[in-house]
Amino acid sequence: MEGPGSFAAAAPGGAASGGAASHASVRTYVTGFVLSIILTGVPFGLVMSGALAAATAIPVAIGLGIAQMIVHLVYFLHMNRESSRTWNMAALVFAVIIVSILVVGSLWIMAHMDANMMPGMMPAE
Amino acid sequence: MSADIRLAGAAEAALLAEAEDAYEGVHDAAGTVTLGFWIYLMSDCVLFAALFASFAVLRDQSAGGPDAREIFRLLVETACLLVSSFTYGMAMIAMDRNRGREMLGWIGLTLLLGAGFLSMEVHEFASLIREGAGPDRSGFLTAFFTLVGTHGLHVLSGMVWMAVLIAHVLRRGLTEANRTRLSCLSLFWHFLDIVWIGVFTVVYLIGVA
Repeated sequence: MEGPGSFAAAAPGGAASGGAASHASVRTYVTGFVLSIILTGVPFGLVMSGALAAATAIPVAIGLGIAQMIVHLVYFLHMNRESSRTWNMAALVFAVIIVSILVVGSLWIMAHMDANMMPGMMPAE
Repeated sequence: MSADIRLAGAAEAALLAEAEDAYEGVHDAAGTVTLGFWIYLMSDCVLFAALFASFAVLRDQSAGGPDAREIFRLLVETACLLVSSFTYGMAMIAMDRNRGREMLGWIGLTLLLGAGFLSMEVHEFASLIREGAGPDRSGFLTAFFTLVGTHGLHVLSGMVWMAVLIAHVLRRGLTEANRTRLSCLSLFWHFLDIVWIGVFTVVYLIGVA
């Protein structure tokens, strides 16, 4: 036992030694919380008010959604560039790459299947 | 970790104490455990990515049934989960400061918010199924129920885990082992909130836009 605070609160991987408590503070969480309220409210307002056409609203909503995910990673999960978190970051980057390939690849392939291989075979939409 | 639940008698308690001692003896066990848990979460990400991809592909295949334009109580649900991420963060801060009672209060609040979220989701699912818009109605609804349902099951397991940890802390206090468990659950809970941001954006916002 290394004494209280040596096991990082909410810190992925935990800091190996000392100073763990310094990563999490009330201020960090409040900042993250306020930012995510804004990042949830803005796209919701934009979509519900119909202020933007769907062609603009969708990329804006996706962009703000990704921004909010980053806010959560930084303020709630405390991902940062500290050396003790290298492996967490490596795993995260790897996961993001796999997720992107999976989602973008599926959409890409399926859109082509739709366009090139089944003319007139899809039910009218 | 979950095997601990079954231990009850005095002999078993002694065994448990021994196990916890051994656990604390391992050099940097907490760091290794949380890293391992983080890697599990990343693989869970891939699971959700597959569900998101199938949802995105099947989005327009509503077979004449209801499509993605319904809104439900999603803003309240989102708020519940968002606030619960914050309250869990407060619990971790209380834990850092060795305030067990305060921490239990925050965890209890998180549990209530999770229950609020889940009950709204179950209600939404039930009313969809009652209207004949169950998962068997169309490709879109299959993908919707699978994606949102999988997230809901994760929330449920997070809540069970939370209840178990409350019992652990009440019984044994803020031991190092319990701190590690609470840290892992914290990662899990924040992760679920991040996945929900994806659901909120991809399923609801884009569906309405």
